[in-house]
Amino acid sequence: MRRAALLLMLAVALAAAPGRGGAGAQELVADSSRHLVAITTGFVGTEVLLFGATEGRGDVIIVVRGPARNEVTRRKGRHGGIWINEAEVTFTNVPSYYWLASSKPIDNLLRPEALERHGIGVNHLALVTPKKVGEKELAGFRAGLLRNKIKDGLFTTKPRDIAFLGDRLFRTAIYFPANVPTGPYTVQVFLVREGRVAGAQTVPLNIAKVGIGADVYHFAHASSALYGIFAIVIALAAGLLAGVIFRKA
Amino acid sequence: MQIYLPIAEISLDVLLLLAMGGGIGFLSGLFGVGGGFLMTPLLIFIGVSPAVAVASEANQVVAASVSGVFAHMRRGNVDFKMGAVLLAGGLTGSSFGVWIYSLLRAIGQLDLVISLSYVAFLGIIGSLMLAESMRSVLRRRRPGAPRRKLHQHTWMHGLPLKMRFRKSKLYISALLPLSIGFSVGILSAIMGVGGGFIIVPAMIYVLGMPTITVVGTSLFQITFVTANVTFLQAVNNQTVDVVLALILLIGGVVGAQFGGLFAGRLPGDYLRLLLGAFVLFVGGVIMFSLVLTPDDIYSIGRVTGR
Repeated sequence: MRRAALLLMLAVALAAAPGRGGAGAQELVADSSRHLVAITTGFVGTEVLLFGATEGRGDVIIVVRGPARNEVTRRKGRHGGIWINEAEVTFTNVPSYYWLASSKPIDNLLRPEALERHGIGVNHLALVTPKKVGEKELAGFRAGLLRNKIKDGLFTTKPRDIAFLGDRLFRTAIYFPANVPTGPYTVQVFLVREGRVAGAQTVPLNIAKVGIGADVYHFAHASSALYGIFAIVIALAAGLLAGVIFRKA
Repeated sequence: MQIYLPIAEISLDVLLLLAMGGGIGFLSGLFGVGGGFLMTPLLIFIGVSPAVAVASEANQVVAASVSGVFAHMRRGNVDFKMGAVLLAGGLTGSSFGVWIYSLLRAIGQLDLVISLSYVAFLGIIGSLMLAESMRSVLRRRRPGAPRRKLHQHTWMHGLPLKMRFRKSKLYISALLPLSIGFSVGILSAIMGVGGGFIIVPAMIYVLGMPTITVVGTSLFQITFVTANVTFLQAVNNQTVDVVLALILLIGGVVGAQFGGLFAGRLPGDYLRLLLGAFVLFVGGVIMFSLVLTPDDIYSIGRVTGR
């Protein structure tokens, strides 16, 4: 059933590609199976299918980024026998999620400058801080941030393969873990030919909490005083109810 | 069965949470302790961030203590005047505690202070429990040992602002219950506990209150102080997870009933010995995690503060 739906979507994409490509501009079309990932109460991670077609031969790189955030990175040191956070650096505009897929290893496709310009590959992300820190120390913090993001499953270092069907159709599955940050995502699809980016397209994707979980989260942040009272009332009611039930039993 | 906790922002097994609530509830029914001091470390062990664990556990303690208050009120075992003075100290202390908590969180030392507080308190309580239960095991084997004098006059009885507490048959300085309430309030905010394990001995040994009013009065104070902590944590840090608190609570009330049933049937001294050993073990594990070289000396966190 899902396979049939996929084939249908691919067929539509393929049919659309030359039609729009007739104007000469559209060398690349891509879309995803979903534009909204809903985090429900039972959310344990999910996959989103990304597919598209290229006009003629070429390689494809796909970069998925979560909403940018400021991330504090802290370093521990041993003081008096115990490990204590002793220094911190706040990196600004760090993508909260970063995922990469390519049809060939990225270093074979583009030069380092181009990778850096487009932010392709976690090692080419611009991690900057307003704080004045020595270059060597900063490198330690950068590596620490990347290691932790990778450990949490939010950054991928090993690019996933993009499967080509014939010369023109491609598809891949983007994986989002259970702890995926919410907000607007961007899925950038790059078409690469002869060491240059020949075309690019951005597919929007939104990850949002829905249902009771979303309501609770929104309530707690939007009207936190009321939420606090609500939490107390719930606890009082539950405690009293339990008391009544078990006194009768 | 996994459930996504909206504030903790992780998925955990509902059955695991229910079992934890039930297990700690069983212990609290068995020994008459609140159990917050065991639940918070357990939540941290299974991956809940210390900030959310502490704030949500305070919310659960509200529920766990309120039914006890009403049960003791019906029997007339709550000294409201004493409770009010303790509470005045407790509300000030817990507000001050939440302020310290937010400050520590902003400078990145919250987890450390929570862990250190737990090592200190679990160490002290575990040792006291072990020592006390061993003494009573020995006493039972060798009856006729001398009893301690209950009421002695010390410097504390010379403090100003004396008040009469009719129900507890006491005439003592209000500064004593005020400062006890204040200290326990701070602990309540930083450690996510009711503080029964501190306030009950303090009321018996420092204030000299009769045992019959101690439990009801302490529960009265704990209910309001943890409610205050819940409110302030929700407003300042948005770290109260109602869903988590509710699941723990369901396990907790059921467990506590079974614990209560077993309480009279099992040899208390040996059980307290076991609980004391368990408390020391949990404290030891936390201590170990502070001393052990971490896998990665770098860690990341979200920027807090507005």
